[in-house]
This record gives sequence, structure tokens and C-alpha cells, in this order.
Amino acid sequence: MSTLHTVNKSPFSTQSLLSCINHAKDGDAILMIEDGVYGAAAGTGVASVVAEKAGAIKFYVLAPDLAARGIDTSRLLDGVEAVDYAGFVALAAEHDRAQAWL
Amino acid sequence: MSYEVNGQTVEHDEEGYITNLNDWSKELAEVIAKQEEIEMTDEHWAVVNFLRDYYEEYQIAPAVRVLIKAIKKQMGPEIGNNKYMYELFPYGPAKQACKIAGLPKPTGCV
Amino acid sequence: MEDGIKKFLYVNRKAPYGTIYALEALEVVLIGAAFDQDVSLAFLDDGVFQLTKGQNTDGIGVKNFSPTFRALGDYDVNKLYVERESLEERGLTEDDLQEIMYEDEDDDWAEKPSIRIISRAEMADLMHDQDVILSF
Repeated sequence: MSTLHTVNKSPFSTQSLLSCINHAKDGDAILMIEDGVYGAAAGTGVASVVAEKAGAIKFYVLAPDLAARGIDTSRLLDGVEAVDYAGFVALAAEHDRAQAWL
Repeated sequence: MSYEVNGQTVEHDEEGYITNLNDWSKELAEVIAKQEEIEMTDEHWAVVNFLRDYYEEYQIAPAVRVLIKAIKKQMGPEIGNNKYMYELFPYGPAKQACKIAGLPKPTGCV
Repeated sequence: MEDGIKKFLYVNRKAPYGTIYALEALEVVLIGAAFDQDVSLAFLDDGVFQLTKGQNTDGIGVKNFSPTFRALGDYDVNKLYVERESLEERGLTEDDLQEIMYEDEDDDWAEKPSIRIISRAEMADLMHDQDVILSF
């Protein structure tokens, strides 16, 4: 039993990503979408929090939202995987439930 | 759109729910009831008063099943049952009684 | 689990008046109660502010919906989980929250508190135990 979490707010304006990470269980996945994708870049103030959990929790980021914001996939944190819309659907199907962190 | 009570005008929406909850009075309730073709009895008043008290305490009009459960507890199963409530208020106890009680349409009613 | 009954968790993470989320969540809970599911509410992060005592909205021109939480028992919604860490981070304790009671049908209508304070780890477990999670 596992959960797909989605985070759609920038980690620099809300606690959503942090709160999500604090409540996610090992084996869960966290997908960053919309402004949530700012949490996927390397070298930021939240990078260490994400990096610390990457492994126990799988991190994904929605590629079209990254591209829209001018973030190249080469700037992603190690352990964060970019997916397209089909990948989003596949993740939703793989997990038992979805939980949005707004 | 408005009701006329003792020479006063009270605005209501297209379904007959009054716009300003503070405009309510017992006389207005009688006027709305008449328009709904309801003759107000003690049992009607018990329901209307219950709704007003409930709204005052919780800031919502209760759903029908909540209303009936509460009336049953307060006034017994002869009055607090689905059939009797619909006899009192043929177009729906929550919907019609709320209108007479001067409350907004219950949450979840369409 | 009874046939067709699913576990629904409504997750509240927003303060009451700055956005419409909290009021919308409460309305969905009230409407959804008609479907007789196994409903719980979770309050964490700024969501814990929804349950504080003494709210008075007279001066801001919006409805004070905090009394409506006390009606939830009538709708058979009587599991309100509040995260202890979220309270502590905001300088709150259980005493700052309003009392919300329900009558237990299976225990001669005894009045019992609906609010249960749980840890962050317990909140994570609670979320993991649901069929459906609705976020606000």
C-alpha cells in the first residue's frame, strides 16, 4: 500500500513540500507539479531536505511544468526524476491512493 | 421580489428565501407559509422554532435527516418521522420549513 | 469493512478566513455525510487554526463558521484528528481549541469529545490507512 503525493506550491512560499515529506511513508512517491517544481532544483534552500529523503521516498517532477519555468532537467537534484503527463498517469495507477498537498 | 408584512417590504430571492435573515418575524413566517399554502399549526411552529434555534447555535440549517432525528428526540416518534414531516411540509421539511423560518436554503439542497 | 463503506479523510491545512478552502471543506463534509461513509477529518499545519475558540468575524464581514464544527456530530462525523506538532509550532494547546462533542449511539448516547490530538507520526499512519483523501 503506497501513496502518490502531489505538491503544487513553491517550497519558498508555503510549507506544503515540507509537510508532505514529513507525512510521507517509505515507499511513497512525491510528484512536484506547477510551482511545486521549484523544489526539484539543485542548490536551493530546500535541496538538502529533499536529498535526505530521496531513496526511502521517490521524487518526481512534471517535465512540462519545469520547462515552462525555464528549469533545465540538468539542474535537477540527484534522485529527482522528470516525468511527462503519461508518466503522471502511470504513477497515479501504480499507487493505492493520491493525496494533494495544496 | 418581496413579501409585504404590516406595511413593511421584505426582500427575498427567486425561490422565496428572505435576503436578510434579520428581517424575519412571526408575522412574516405566516405570510410565507400562506404563499406556500401551509396553515401554521403548533407542530409547524415546533419545527420552525427548532430550525431557528439550530441555525442560531451552529450557523447552518440542518439536513432533513438531522432535522427529523432531532425532532424525534425532542417531540417523540409520532412527530419526528419522515412521513409526518412531509405531511406538515409537503415540498420537503428542510427546504420549505427553512423558508418559513427565514433561513438560507439548507446546505446540499438543490 | 462493511460492504461499500470506504474510509474518507478530509485534510485541512489552511487557516479559516484568508482563503475559502476551510469553509469549502466544511461544506463538502456536510454534503458528503449523506453518503454514510467512514469519515475522518484531519487538521494539521495552519488547519489547526480552524478549531480555535473565540473566533468573532463581526468586524470582517464574513460568516463565522467555527460553530458549525459543533454540528458535525449530528451528521455522524465524530473523528476530528488534530496534529500535536502543528499546535505546538503555533503556540497552541488543546485548551485553545473549542470543545466539540458527539453523542455515541452505541453507548446510550453518552457525550464524547470528537477532537483527538495525535502526533505527526500517527497522522502519517492515519493518512496511510485511507481509501480516499480529499485535500483542502
